[in-house]
Amino acid sequence: MDGKMTETGTYTGNRGLRIEEPLIFEQDAPGRSGVDLPDPPPVQNRLGGLDRTGAIGLPGLSEPQVVRHYTRLSQKNYAIDSGFYPLGSCTMKHNPRLNEKLARLPGFADLHPLQPEATVQGALRLIDTLAHWIKTLTGMPAVAMSPAAGAHGELCGLMTSRAALEARGDARKRVLVPDSAHGTNPATAAICGYAVEAIPLNAHGRVDLAALKSALDGDVAAFMLTNPNTCGLFEDEILEQAQAVHDAGAFFYCDGANFNAIMGRVLPGDLGIDCMHLNLHKTFSTPHGGGGPGSGPVVLSDALASYAPLPWVVHGENGFRLVEHKGDAAAPADPYGRMKAFHGQMGMFVRALAYMMSHGSDGLRQASSDAVLNANYLLARLSDVLSAAYDGPCMHEVLFDDHFLKGTDVTTLDFAKAMIDEGFHPMTMYFPLVAHGALLMEPTETESRESLDQFVDALRHLAARAKSGDAEAFHAAPIHAPRRRLDETAAARHPVLRWRPEKILDEAAE
Amino acid sequence: MRYLPLTEADRSDMLAVIGAPSVDSLFRDVPESVRLAGPVDLPPHQGELEVERALTAMAAENVAAGSVPFFLGAGAYRHHVPASVDHLIQRGEFLTSYTPYQPEVSQGTLQYLFEFQSQVALITGMDVANASMYDGATSCAEAALMARRVTKRPNVVLSGGLHPHYGETTETLLKFLDSKIDAMPADIEGTEDIVSRIGADTACVIVQYPDLFGRVRDLQPVADACHDAGALLVVAMTEIVALGALRSPGEMGADIVAAEGRSLGNPLNFGGPYVGLFACSDRHVRQMPGRLAGETVDVDGKRGWVLTLSTREQHIRREKATSNICTNSGLCALAFTIHMSLLGEDGFRRLAALNHVKAVQLANRFAAAGIEVLNQTFFNEMTVRLSGPAAPEVDRLAAEGVLAGVPVSRLLPNDDRARDLLLVAVTETATEDDMDRLVAALTETV
Repeated sequence: MDGKMTETGTYTGNRGLRIEEPLIFEQDAPGRSGVDLPDPPPVQNRLGGLDRTGAIGLPGLSEPQVVRHYTRLSQKNYAIDSGFYPLGSCTMKHNPRLNEKLARLPGFADLHPLQPEATVQGALRLIDTLAHWIKTLTGMPAVAMSPAAGAHGELCGLMTSRAALEARGDARKRVLVPDSAHGTNPATAAICGYAVEAIPLNAHGRVDLAALKSALDGDVAAFMLTNPNTCGLFEDEILEQAQAVHDAGAFFYCDGANFNAIMGRVLPGDLGIDCMHLNLHKTFSTPHGGGGPGSGPVVLSDALASYAPLPWVVHGENGFRLVEHKGDAAAPADPYGRMKAFHGQMGMFVRALAYMMSHGSDGLRQASSDAVLNANYLLARLSDVLSAAYDGPCMHEVLFDDHFLKGTDVTTLDFAKAMIDEGFHPMTMYFPLVAHGALLMEPTETESRESLDQFVDALRHLAARAKSGDAEAFHAAPIHAPRRRLDETAAARHPVLRWRPEKILDEAAE
Repeated sequence: MRYLPLTEADRSDMLAVIGAPSVDSLFRDVPESVRLAGPVDLPPHQGELEVERALTAMAAENVAAGSVPFFLGAGAYRHHVPASVDHLIQRGEFLTSYTPYQPEVSQGTLQYLFEFQSQVALITGMDVANASMYDGATSCAEAALMARRVTKRPNVVLSGGLHPHYGETTETLLKFLDSKIDAMPADIEGTEDIVSRIGADTACVIVQYPDLFGRVRDLQPVADACHDAGALLVVAMTEIVALGALRSPGEMGADIVAAEGRSLGNPLNFGGPYVGLFACSDRHVRQMPGRLAGETVDVDGKRGWVLTLSTREQHIRREKATSNICTNSGLCALAFTIHMSLLGEDGFRRLAALNHVKAVQLANRFAAAGIEVLNQTFFNEMTVRLSGPAAPEVDRLAAEGVLAGVPVSRLLPNDDRARDLLLVAVTETATEDDMDRLVAALTETV
């Protein structure tokens, strides 16, 4: 590159604040370290002759280099903190920093899960208090706290259902899932040993009740429904669905990914469901952290509560205690097993409880009201230029299809990439599968009206531009992101999933 | 309400744009009989000060590990985390981003995941690692599922040296899949003959390294026996720092490594969130669970990163996916990889050596005090035998301000042999004085 400008027009390839950053492995200097640890004194080692010999290959960097590396990497990410993130069914709401502060109190963060119960009474009280909020907000009698994320919660709910069915000697083989379900629903059903059968939607974007009824028989273990559904619509016949599911002797699983639309306004317990997971990392604002960690407590009906997995927090004679083993006198009658090590996502519990207490019962109801209002505002302001998949009102998210792009040679993907250049994170694309070229937008309650108006104005401009025949600009987008479109086909065809030292690569080539 | 930007004026203006008379009218698809008229029976909203006061009071009811001499392990080990780690993971661009589904604006997350995968592969001695699982126990369970797919065999053998939570989580995940789980009895004596349990229907053998009781053993003979029989060897690990001192599972023939990675970068968190590590050999990569970041180029030919091999995953393959996992432990993986980057080769090995030295020093003190240590070998955790039941002793010592260890009976309540046994872990965080106090307190007991 010496003496030659790069395509960015700069010598370095950097663009102002946007700085190219090599891998940590490319910044290695042997012997350098970002920590100062003392020389270990010589001892007679007890490793049984299994000492590691030879270099591992980890790079050495100092603290300032490490801090700069991750700071630069962070600047290549879009985030809620930096802008509007209307990713449908993901509930990208503001993450309050009070919650981060509280989760880091040594009295929560620096607790070992197997400390004597007398030394963790406050932690158990926190779990018990959060469980009370969750049960009250859902109108359900019990909650299993340990699942680590939404899909893990689905697994917990379905396994509880299967355990209950087996306890009554009622082996069943199938689980019903609507066409519009998240992929985790059928994947979870498969792990539970069930065959999956899809139920179509009706013309209004809801489960076709007649189709559901005709699929229900004595071989169906459960019906898994997301409500509000992934089209952003409330299942207006949910009471009839619940009746039909129970008449067939099956259980009604509700995927609570979209609970943000109805918290404080509808109790799922009133809808006739048997179990539902909550995503604390969606509805209750614990951060997504670039893909996790999450937390997926599962509320359970009386019919299922006694099969819930271990562990449980219970009130004992001397305060709170943990029930960790089957056969414990204080345990539910017949726990089906254990979802993970220890007791659940405590760090997420602290954040979620801080969120709930901050909002209170009035604020949570206001939050869902504002989330629904914001989504309907997008629908109202965009429906003349985009094509809504279904009539409103919607709940907390709004679904468009790609009909408005017909004949423009611009796809949903192109449209999404153009949104990146306008400074927005794209909505969820191509999901749910029931809408052609789906664009699913969830604004959440933490966006201001000004923010929504700017977004709407930009989308109206993009829609007009697409219709004006300027497809090339869309195909080229994004041009202002840290990278332009990436070759995903090549990545999958010849997977490079880790850094390898040059020496090994050379040997492999020979 | 401080988190809600809409004003009353905004709300009424927006309703006018929508053409709806009220927010309630937007909920008209909810059956009338189940619409709540007002807030549920929970306290009203509170300011930061009040919430902070309430939760700080709950935190104050607990004994923080760092406030007393502390020797608990059994799957969760307390280490010092450099200050820069927590500072960096709280950058909003990391903390408040979603799964990197739009790679052009997620290069930061994707690059650190690629680096994380590389570090995990290097230390475990495996070809490839994924972008994380929920924790070590769920990694272990997913490894059993993967071994079933790879071998097309149903059954699993669990070593008696495996952490009971890992065993129970694995049994739970396979509960409804026609799998026979051969869970060997707790291997307190370190004499189990696991090779004899391998049969023609065995998909995998799962052993822990170091094991529940702290011992290390050469796994090559087990690996050879597995491979001779067409089965896979899964190596579970609860203390990843051990790999700074010990031979890697990959060097001993492991097919899958399923480990807890929380020791680096992350606090104890009362058990969660943790970060599952999952590594395997190249030839099985298409059977892996979870996300994978991979290298590619953009249309300008610049190197970049994407999520790849997604056709294994639930959002594409639905019921035929390799796993149902979606959200994983991204931010905990970031903390892990930053801590590992700070350590580097020299720091990681030095950290492991310090842990081992402390453990040797503690074992020597136990021996001098006449306290029986069961282990011949160990990394940073060992099993000691007390003269009576360990659980009440641990409670008594906790009341005296020493968190002495984990009674084995906490994990194996129905095994009489475990009653008097105590697991004691020691890391770089323990001082000379801490060790003196522990030995003195236990000497009174013995």
